[in-house]
Amino acid sequence: MERGREGIDPMRGYYDDRIVALSSRLVVPFIQLFALYVVFHGHYSPGGGFQGGAILAASFLLIRLSVGSDGAQLQFRKGWGTPGSSIGTLIYLVTGLSALLLGGYFLDYSQLPLGMGESETRSMGILIVEIGVAVAVACTLTAIYDDLVGEEGRRGSPHDA
Amino acid sequence: MLDFFLGHYAYLFLMALFVVGLYGVVTKRNLVKKLIGLNIFQSAIILIYVAGASKWNATVPILEGSGASHGDAGVAQEAAHGAIEAAHYINPLPHTLMLTAIVVGVATTGVALALLITIHRRYGTLDESELLERMS
Amino acid sequence: MIDQNLPVLVPVLFLLAALLAPLLGQWRRGLSYLVALLALLVNTAVALYSLYYVVVNGIVRHKFGGWVPPIGIEYVLDPLAAFMIAVVTVVSLVVLVHSRQVVKVELVGRDVPFYGVVMLLLAGFCGIVVTGDLFNLYVFLEISSLATYALIAAGEKPAPVAAFRYLIMGTIGASFYLFGLWFIYNMTGSLNMADIAAILPGICGETGVIIGLLLMVVGIGIKMALFPLHGWLPDAYTYASSASTAFIAPIGTKIGAYVLIRILLYVFEPGYFSSQIPLADVIMWLAAAGILYGSVMAIAQKELKRMLAYSSIAQVGYIGLGLGLANPLGLIGAVLHVLNHAFMKACLFLVAGNLRVTIGHSDISRFDAALRRKMPWTMAAFTVGALSMIGIPPTAGFFSKWYLVLGGIDRGAWIMVVVILVSSLLNAVYFFRVLENAYFKPALSMDEAMGDYDHPDADIESFPREEVAPSMLVPTLVLGTGIVLLGIFNAFLVSAVIRLMVPAGL
Repeated sequence: MERGREGIDPMRGYYDDRIVALSSRLVVPFIQLFALYVVFHGHYSPGGGFQGGAILAASFLLIRLSVGSDGAQLQFRKGWGTPGSSIGTLIYLVTGLSALLLGGYFLDYSQLPLGMGESETRSMGILIVEIGVAVAVACTLTAIYDDLVGEEGRRGSPHDA
Repeated sequence: MLDFFLGHYAYLFLMALFVVGLYGVVTKRNLVKKLIGLNIFQSAIILIYVAGASKWNATVPILEGSGASHGDAGVAQEAAHGAIEAAHYINPLPHTLMLTAIVVGVATTGVALALLITIHRRYGTLDESELLERMS
Repeated sequence: MIDQNLPVLVPVLFLLAALLAPLLGQWRRGLSYLVALLALLVNTAVALYSLYYVVVNGIVRHKFGGWVPPIGIEYVLDPLAAFMIAVVTVVSLVVLVHSRQVVKVELVGRDVPFYGVVMLLLAGFCGIVVTGDLFNLYVFLEISSLATYALIAAGEKPAPVAAFRYLIMGTIGASFYLFGLWFIYNMTGSLNMADIAAILPGICGETGVIIGLLLMVVGIGIKMALFPLHGWLPDAYTYASSASTAFIAPIGTKIGAYVLIRILLYVFEPGYFSSQIPLADVIMWLAAAGILYGSVMAIAQKELKRMLAYSSIAQVGYIGLGLGLANPLGLIGAVLHVLNHAFMKACLFLVAGNLRVTIGHSDISRFDAALRRKMPWTMAAFTVGALSMIGIPPTAGFFSKWYLVLGGIDRGAWIMVVVILVSSLLNAVYFFRVLENAYFKPALSMDEAMGDYDHPDADIESFPREEVAPSMLVPTLVLGTGIVLLGIFNAFLVSAVIRLMVPAGL
């Protein structure tokens, strides 16, 4: 498929080159695996929800930048960003609220009905909220990119010059 | 005098960064440069917190010797071997606070960039004096 | 069980609504407003109950995660916090009901994100009020600020510029607060308000503590629009949509004033900022300058919303003046003015919204007596609000100014008394200008408007009644009646609730 270099729209939003596309497609699974590693190791080594979520979002944005928004829909759809962020934060809030409703304080993980010893339950509670935070952060950062630079973002409003 | 400099060089550098950021926000005419100045200013404050948390000859605040298990057994073992010396580990609280502050900074930058794109679409310029002319 | 959890319920429910409103709104359009309304109704009930509970039973503390403070974060409901939450929720409920029509007219197609952001804003405000941890306060301060930037930007054409200017200034303010917090944390070793209040008397002369306090006060002063840090306010309130301004204006700057009261009077000793460093005097003089500046600038404005924005700067000056007087009567006046001004400003901005929806503009020079015939109830509510802002008994505004004057006399600050009286006169000037146009300026009939000037003045009775829809009219009237009721029952409020907030040693 021939693609000429002249007349390329600079606001296109992705870098149109086969080598870039192929190498980013090779690298992205490793980035995502590393992001999951960072999320799950947040308790006892540097890492955690926000860091892992940001790396995950970086992998989504890499595909958007190298292959284009149309190809990126196969990996992470445009419309998933906003609901995804709400769902991630809801995981966090539901964990906290269930601790509240089961008789403890807000975010008192020891009250969660997970059936382990006390500090194991607290550790699991932290892990659950970290996963919620990672989902929320990844979806929010991708939604920011989609709304600003992606195809939908260029629709504009009635006030535009 | 040299003692003072060696003990406080981090703070002196960070205050210079703070002033550079504030200078950028106040004097630059381009709105994107103001935003970058704001980011530098916020980074300086975050680093001041982190610099304040460090101690001489202290290491990262991760308990050694408990291996992969982080349940009751590992921590009890560590504590049984003697009290954890607070002076051997740097203060982890400012680091966790600054994680939150970094997230806040990212969210603010995201909102600011969205506003800048809207301003550019509506007025065609991002230069402050031109913008004021086109607005009135 | 519910009593122990009272401090946490309000912010958490608002956060839950902030997440559910966009989610459900994407599924069915009208659900986002219903989620917001439901959350506000539940929270208003919880807030009023917790105010009653705290006044009767005393302070309620809630430890997050069960961790004991100062290691853990705790949420504290004392009379001041419960009072502020009650004010925020009651005023926001009324404004939310009013905003539905306005959003349909001014923010076409963007109502689902609007309600989500409003819930986030209220979650931020209520979190600021309830928290007992200084860093948690910064987090909620930034949550509410980000929601404010988004609400302001969704307005007329110059709105994003006003929002960007407020973003820069507001973020610098919050960063100054964070920097000041670093000094306090390094000096005391704790972030918990009650703990710091216990440790500070021992180290209060240290340079670090003074610098920390000053940085925090400057940072919060930007949020509170204390003169001369008020530059973001006029544009932000004017260009935002009427619904957004109605949410932000009555309570946004008051939350900044609350943080200042909390830091200066509860965390630091009450005598500290008045006797050991002359901070109270500085705040008092800056507030007085703000009062005069706001009132004078409001007279010069041609557009109603801009005039009300400058008037807000003056009103925040009153609260700052009450705080700077540093005596119990001044504090009572300041807190009572928080409540009164929330009602008055909300009423006035709702009237501005009514006018925008009906006649399409809020330009004062274009008001004429046809308004008296077209929208009698709206103009009546405006009149009540205006009388209250000027300070005419028995409306609410008179009583808070009365307490401020008593506080000024108590301290011997006669210049402040003069400032309050002069500013009331200035308020009268710019409000009476609007009332004169709306009630007495002769209206053009349809023929005269077309250019046929031989006709006599139009018969006012011939204009049709064009009052706004009930969902907009009822909230305006509720606020107007509320202003009068607050004035009549102010003695009960002061003795039952506000007197409990004066810290010992003031």
